[in-house]
This record gives sequence, C-alpha cells and structure tokens, in this order.
Amino acid sequence: MSNNEQTNSHSHFPWSHLIGFGLSIVLTLLALWVGFASDFSFRTIMIIVVILALIQAAIQLLMFMHITESDSSRIQVGTILYAVFIAAAIVAGTIWVMSFGMHNMNM
Amino acid sequence: MKLDEFFVTGDPLIYGADVSIALTLIGAIFVLTYFKKWKWLWTEWLTTVDHKKLGVMYIIAAVLMLFRGGVDALLMRAQLTVPDSSFLDANHYNEIFTTHGTIMIIFMAMPFLIGLINVVVPLQIGARDVAYPFLNAVSFWTFFMGAMLFNISFVIGGSPSAGWTSYVPLAGLELSPGVGQNYYLLGLQIAGIGTLLTGINFLVTILKMRVPSMKLMQMPMFTWSSLITMVIIIFAFPVLTVALALMTFDRLFGSHFFTMMDGGMPMLWANLFWIWGHPEVYIVILPAFGMFSEIISTFARKTLFGYKAMVYSMVVIAGLSFLVWVHHFFTMGAGGAVNSFFSITTMLIAVPTGVKIFNWLFTLYKGRIRFTTAMLWSLAFIPNFVIGGVTGVMLAMAAADYQYHNTYFLVAHFHYVLISGTVYACFAGLYFWYPKMFNHRLNERLGKWSFWIFVAGFNLCFFPMYFLGLAGMPRRIYTYGIGDGWMSLNVLATFGGVLMGIGFLILVYNIYYSFRYSPRETTGDPWDARTLEWSTPAPVPHYNFAHLPEAKGHDAFWIMKEEKKQGKAPEKKPYKPIHMPSYSGVPIIMSVFFFIAGFGMVFSWHWMSILGLIGVLATMVIRSFDYDKGFYVSVEEIEETEKKTTL
Ligand code: HEM
Ligand SMILES: [Cu+2]
Repeated sequence: MSNNEQTNSHSHFPWSHLIGFGLSIVLTLLALWVGFASDFSFRTIMIIVVILALIQAAIQLLMFMHITESDSSRIQVGTILYAVFIAAAIVAGTIWVMSFGMHNMNM
Repeated sequence: MKLDEFFVTGDPLIYGADVSIALTLIGAIFVLTYFKKWKWLWTEWLTTVDHKKLGVMYIIAAVLMLFRGGVDALLMRAQLTVPDSSFLDANHYNEIFTTHGTIMIIFMAMPFLIGLINVVVPLQIGARDVAYPFLNAVSFWTFFMGAMLFNISFVIGGSPSAGWTSYVPLAGLELSPGVGQNYYLLGLQIAGIGTLLTGINFLVTILKMRVPSMKLMQMPMFTWSSLITMVIIIFAFPVLTVALALMTFDRLFGSHFFTMMDGGMPMLWANLFWIWGHPEVYIVILPAFGMFSEIISTFARKTLFGYKAMVYSMVVIAGLSFLVWVHHFFTMGAGGAVNSFFSITTMLIAVPTGVKIFNWLFTLYKGRIRFTTAMLWSLAFIPNFVIGGVTGVMLAMAAADYQYHNTYFLVAHFHYVLISGTVYACFAGLYFWYPKMFNHRLNERLGKWSFWIFVAGFNLCFFPMYFLGLAGMPRRIYTYGIGDGWMSLNVLATFGGVLMGIGFLILVYNIYYSFRYSPRETTGDPWDARTLEWSTPAPVPHYNFAHLPEAKGHDAFWIMKEEKKQGKAPEKKPYKPIHMPSYSGVPIIMSVFFFIAGFGMVFSWHWMSILGLIGVLATMVIRSFDYDKGFYVSVEEIEETEKKTTL
C-alpha cells in the first residue's frame, strides 16, 4: 500500500455519481410530492415514503459508498453488520421508548 | 430589525465583552500588520493541509474556548456563592449555563481531542499525512466557523438559554422567541459537518495509511481509541444532524416535529438528542483513555498491561454506547420495562470501563514510575474518574434516578467524568506531546503547580456538589434562599472553582514562559517513549518520515531502540522523492460561506443564507475541477532537512 499516492482511477467521467445524485434528488422530490400534494390516505403515504427512503439508501450505498468495490470483505461485512445493528437499535428503540406507557398520558 | 435589537445592549458585562473583543481584534490586526505577518499567516497556517499544523490550530481554538467556557463557569459560581444573590438575573444565568455546557462539550473537549489526534495519530502509524488532507482542513474550518457563529451570539442578537440539551418546548418558538436558539442550531450544525468529516478521514487514515508492517493488533492504544471514536462519530453525528435540522425547520419554517400542537412530539427531541448525546460522552472519553494508556505506559516504563482486553473493552463500549440513551430521561416515565432495560445496559457499560481501570493499575504495578506533569495528571485521573463512574452507576438505577435526576448530584457526576477524564487527559496529552508540536517542553515546575492547584480546586468544587444534590439542590437554578441551607457547600464549591481558574492561568502562563525560556529539544524523544511518533526528529519535518519506519510489534519505537542498543542499526537507504499534498485556500473560504449562510438563517435573512450557500456550492465546484495532484519533495531537500534535524 503506497502512502499518500493518489490513485488515478478517477480519470473517467464520474457517471455513477451523477446518476446517483440525480436519482436521489428525484426520489426526494417524489417523497415531497406524495407528502404534500397527493390524495393518498395517511397510511399509504407513510408506506410510500418509507419505500422511497429505502430505495434511496440503497442507491447511496451503491453509487457513492462503493459497497461492491472493496478488497477486504471482512471489514465490509463487519461495518455493514454494525450499521444494521445501530440502525435497528435506534429505530426500534425509539418506537419502543416513545410509545411504551404513553397510553397513560392521553396521547 | 433595529440596531439596538441587533446588538445586545443594557448589560455592563456585555459592554465589557464588546470592548475586549474589539481590543483583541484591533490588537491582532495591528501586530500582524506591524510585523508584516499577513502573508505568512495565510500561506503557512490558514491554507495549510498539514495535519500537524491543523492539530495545533485545533488546540489553540480549544484553549480559547476553554477560557470562554471557564469565564462562564466562574460567573455561575459567583452568582451561586451566597443565597439571594442579584449578580446575574434569571435569564442571564440561563444563557450562561447554556453557552457554558455547549461550548465545553462541542467547542472545547472535542476539538482539543481532535487536535491531539491530528498531531499524534498519523505519526504513531508512520503516515506522512492523513488520508484526505484537504478534507481535514475543511473539518477544521467548519468547526472553527461553527464555533465563532455560536460565540458571537452573546453580543449580536442574544445567546441561547434553553440548556445545552435544548429540550422543547422550552427551546421552541413560543418559549424561546429570540434568535439565540437559532445560533445553537446553526453553530452546531456547521461544526458538526467538520466532526463527521474528521470521523471519516481518520477512520480511513488509521485503516489504510498505516505503515504496511503495523498490524491492527499492534497499533498504539491512542490510535486504537481514536479508531473506535471515529466509528462512534460516524454513527452518532448523523442523528444530531437530523435532530438539529428538524428543530431548525420547526423554528424557521413552521413545521411540527417537536411542537406541542399539530401532532408534534416534544419528547422525540430528547430521545434523538440522547441517541447522539450518550455516544458523544464516549466520543470525548475514549481518546482520553487512549492518551492515559500511552502516558502511563511510558512513565511506568512497561508495555501496557492487557492490550487485548483494552481493545475489546472499547469495541464493546462502541456497541453498548448506543443502547443506553434512555438513562438521561428515565423520569419521562416510559414505563417499567423500558426503564429496566436501559438501567441494565447502563450498568453493563460500566464493566468494560472498569476493566480498563484495572489495566492501568496493573501497568503501574512494579513499574519504575517517573512523576512528570503528564504522569501526575494521569495518576490523578484514576481515583477521580472512579468516583465519577461509581456515581454514574448509582444514577443508572432508574428508581433511584428519580431522586438524583436534575439535582447537583448529576452535575457532580458528569463533571467528575468529564473533567477528570477528558480535561485531565487534554492537559496530560498537551504536556506529553508538546515537544512534538513546538520543539520544546513545557516547564515542569510551573506544570506541577498548576496541576496541584487545579486538582485540589476541582475536588473542592465538585465533591460538595454530590452532597448539595442529596440535600435537594436542583441544577439550573439561578438562586436559592437562605433557609435552604445550601450556602456553606456552595461557598466551598466557588472557592474550588477559583482555584481551578488559577491552575488554568498558570498553565497558560507556562505556555508563554516555556516559549521564552525552555531549552529547545535536541532529540525527538524527550521522554524515552515507546511509540513511532517519537522516532521522528525534532522538529518534525513537514513530510514526517524520510523513510517509512518499520513496526515490529507493540511499542515499535521501543523495539527499534532496543535493537539499536544491541548494535543492530538499520542500514542507510537512499532517499526517494516524497509525494505531498498542496496547500489550499478553498477550505477556509468555503467555511466563511458556511458562516455567512448560517448567520443569514439565524436572523431569517434568506437572501443572505442563499448567497452563502451559493458560495459554498461554488467553492465545491472549484474544488472538483482542481486537478492539482500535489508535489514531490526532492531528494536534495530531504537530505538538507535531515541534516539539520537532530536525531
Ligand atoms: C461508568 C459509566 C457511566 C455511567 C453508568 C453513567 C451514567 C449516567 C446516568 C444514568 C446519567 C443520567 C442521570 C440523570 O440525568 O439523572 C448520566 C448523565 C451524564 N453523564 Fe454519565 N455515566 C457514565 C460515564 C460517563 C462518562 C464517561 C461521561 C463523559 C465523559 C459521562 C457524562 C455524562 C453527562 C455529560 C451527563 C449529563 C448530561 C446532562 O443531563 O446535561 N458519563 N450518566
Ligand atoms: Cu449517558
């Protein structure tokens, strides 16, 4: 591994970045439109927004985070497992904490 | 908005601050102009991408912030010394504890540690710079501009006053209508960009830029603790970013994420804040643990006891620290199951922390200890931190916490962990690595004076607070009555606070004194130390290592020295040109635009925020089309430098 040597692999035009960037913007605008301007029921809106968010997360991982291009899969798997663990803990934990016992509080 | 609303008026303390800020600015401009140093400042410092210089700038900024936060602290102590004091009014007191807490955690502790990490970690792993030097400069300047944005609030527009935790609805638009809370949101948001970038940068640096011979399980403990810290930063800071953004939307654009009305959930803010907040306390303690490990092992002249246990306990902490956040709001009343779960996880996290304490003790055991100032700070850390940790476990019991929560007992707990953990470590690290940064040591005599006075002051100030808390004194009150019976302990606390102030001033004087009178270093290894940063000559050349060093195990430099003693000197190899990154003015300019955008948003001057953001985008575009690939240091220059430096 050479210290401080910049690799020259980026000489071609960064198409994947551009596409990822464009798609992210489109997906965000779509979510905004669904939230503000569509006539779907609240439930449907939530489902659509969550699906759009998951798609966008996948795009980010593929287009920007180069999830497929690593030479050491051990570190890759480790970080992904850790990330999934943290995300699950935060999301599930928040739902649990914020809803548990709340029926006592007239919410 | 009228001018007298723009500038904060009516308080003599604020006018004093106005005058001193103006004087400092004029003084700095005068000195720079008089000594013709503008160009030097720009080319050597403001545009630098050298990790050592960025580290030094981080530390200077952190010491300034420590001063500001310390003045806040002494003002609070002055107010609380006697009952029914009218030195500060309620609102002013609220502003001061808010800025004190925010500044100390975000703008003092973190940059101080990140500064030391910047200086030391690349040297410890035998790298010539970080993985992304340009990004490193962006990190520093966004932190700096965020800090400045937060700091001007008390003279322009008014300070935030809802606490460093900024709970809604208090921090919401109805109860905090001024611009102060906006400063909090935008200042932290901008500085947070820098922190996140640092996390990514150093994660990659430590994983990818080590000398090839250094295995993961041979990295110095400070490097390991930095690595774990960076992982926590990467996962915790986005939560803060989102939470801040949502509250910004609530306040500026009328959304209802955390409002009382229209389906908002005020407690969700507390929830999100602590999902970031608890990992944050580990972000500021783990690098401190790493530094103590290096210093204790160096001055006990032994390799660190239980290296693997240290590493694994940090890995466990990195996981557990995301599972305990509810202990900060047990009293929200989420119910028995939730509170019990988080009670148990909180107590669990004390286990790996305790393991580390034993490791340090066993490292000291039978060591030939040298009582340098850096070592004294590290030794004082152990008992003081244990007090903080044990009271933490007391707080971890949800049922008991209903009594302790929001009393001075809690205040005592977190100062015992933060000051005797993080602040002692920053001081210890400063004394230890000072010769690497400035090519001379800090004076030991002054250092010991400052140490004893500060440590005595710290314990006098905060130990009584446990008892104040048990006697029922709530935190964040601006005054109390004579009948409460809290006066004598408060007097004691203020006395201790003054001693800490004196200890800090002696440290600052020591910096000046040592600059004038300390002998310059003749070797790069003043402490007979063990890790690779000490193998660099004094002063450290800008490319760090003429030849990349070889790591043959734990304490790589120690092994090198042992081999040298046995006459196995490494053969002289010819130098090769070294590739280095070019300096750039883009990071500072980009961050100034961030500042402008943030300032515009604070006052809801949208034209200004849009201009600022356009500026940010423009600097990014300029950077994208910048094909500067750095430069090579010639063999002649390396030979010249290596001849001059002493080894
Ligand atoms: C031995 C491990 C620790 C345990 C069991 C522990 C436990 C706790 C608990 C239960 C609370 C909440 C109490 C309340 O609000 O009523 C708390 C608050 C706090 N702890 Fe710790 N703690 C530990 C270590 C640390 C460390 C290492 C730090 C930082 C260096 C830290 C910093 C803080 C801070 C800043 C707060 C209060 C923040 C606020 O409310 O403003 N703690 N701790
Ligand atoms: Cu906590």
